[in-house]
Amino acid sequence: MEDILSISQELSRGLFVTVSILIASSLLAYFMGFISGLLRLSKYTLVRKLTGFYIEVFRGTSLIVQLFWLYYAIPMLFGIPLGSNWIIGVIAIGLNYGAYLSEVVRGSVEAVDNGQTEAAIALNMSSYQKMRYIILPQAIRMMLPEFGNYTIQMLKGTALVSLISLNDILYYGNILRSSNLSQAPLIYLVILIFYFVLALPLIFLTRKAEDISKKGVAN
Amino acid sequence: MTKPIVEYKDVHKSFGDVEVLKGIDLDIFPAEKIAVIGPSGSGKTTIIRMLMTLEEPTDGDIIVDGKNLWKMEKNGKMVEADEKHLREIRGDIGMVFQHFNLFPHMTILENCMTAPIHVKGENKKEVKQRSIDMLERVGLGDKINNYPSQLSGGQKQRVAMARALVMRPKIMLFDEVTSALDPELVGEVLEVIRDIAKNDDMAMVLVTHEMDFALDVADKVLFLDDGVIAEQGSASDVIEHSENPRVQEFLSRFRG
Ligand SMILES: Nc1ncnc2c1ncn2[C@@H]1O[C@H](COP(=O)(O)OP(=O)(O)OP(=O)(O)O)[C@@H](O)[C@H]1O
Ligand SMILES: [Mg+2]
Repeated sequence: MEDILSISQELSRGLFVTVSILIASSLLAYFMGFISGLLRLSKYTLVRKLTGFYIEVFRGTSLIVQLFWLYYAIPMLFGIPLGSNWIIGVIAIGLNYGAYLSEVVRGSVEAVDNGQTEAAIALNMSSYQKMRYIILPQAIRMMLPEFGNYTIQMLKGTALVSLISLNDILYYGNILRSSNLSQAPLIYLVILIFYFVLALPLIFLTRKAEDISKKGVAN
Repeated sequence: MTKPIVEYKDVHKSFGDVEVLKGIDLDIFPAEKIAVIGPSGSGKTTIIRMLMTLEEPTDGDIIVDGKNLWKMEKNGKMVEADEKHLREIRGDIGMVFQHFNLFPHMTILENCMTAPIHVKGENKKEVKQRSIDMLERVGLGDKINNYPSQLSGGQKQRVAMARALVMRPKIMLFDEVTSALDPELVGEVLEVIRDIAKNDDMAMVLVTHEMDFALDVADKVLFLDDGVIAEQGSASDVIEHSENPRVQEFLSRFRG
């Protein structure tokens, strides 16, 4: 019991990094998801193609490779230091999940019944007004559960930043283990619990989102 | 003689290789009530969807209030209309759909208020009062804060009518607005349309399978067959006294 307590104490030093990276990268991912999801629906082929390129590149390669690419390759190739590891972690996770979320955004917008568009036109709305007042409010309701699921995925993804020597929960766990090999099973058990407890509110919010999305949508 | 508010001039429409409208000529006069009847697939819906700008004609012109709906002048040439041009004209036109197409994320009052406020930029208070009055007129004054999912089909369709009417269109289009309803709900919706038809001075085009209703409210009936207007005239001329065998065959299905 005492061991668990002292392990927890040590791990909680990484809490801030894990949570702050989760929050910042989710915000970036939501932003990228919306922008590129909507650009994918643009009437201009070039815009659609370019956005599609971003999405396929980030979905088609693994997050860890993207992380290393940003961390090692870019500064060497172009001589631009991308700033702190924290920022690199946020950018990699944000862009990666932004690509997945953009497909959620696009899919939800397309899933709104065509009759809604026709009713908006019959009320003489512009394309913008139709999107803003009719389509998006319904599409967002449909998106919410998937946004919740991907945020939980992102929480798990943040553990990768320990590989670019950021001091998150997993990082402190690994340090502990290397100085105390016999405790390894217990250390990783506590790490599991840490991540699970962090995920709990997200799981709860996702459930709520599912309820909301069941109401108030025509499809 | 008054000028027509809408003129179809040799309008054609194809979907892919299939020509579904083969030259429609039609004048609609202010306040005129026109019923469109005809077999399934004859092009009734397509005719009114082109006027609502939901479908673009492949050939011919539709003139609304003297302005060409689907074409505009640019640098001295006639080119395809853009959204701005379409919006300038279609503000005078409203439509009620077979499947209601209410906005499910809004209350029925909000359904009525959203377009006058955001599209026409009208005063919110005024729009609210007008919407409530209109919902009362269609018999839904006690439901204004309900969501569409809480209403019956007949009630939904009456909301859809109120929503179109608060925009104060000069022309209202109805596409088989009772055919998705349970039989016992048809009457209440027809009753509302009858009320509008008798008391409002906008033009109305009603695609319908309700022959008695057409006889009652329509000034003119068009019989559409295979993409052309095969017969037109007063309601009684077409529905009761037509000699055209295609019309008779079509109508015999309704007499049972
Ligand atoms: N978007 C479309 N794409 C392809 N074909 C279409 C489309 N819309 C209509 N059609 C075809 O055009 C023809 C006329 O359709 P329309 O809906 O105008 O007929 P209608 O007279 O309203 O028939 P109904 O009484 O069944 O509603 C039909 O053969 C239909 O299949
Ligand atoms: Mg039809």
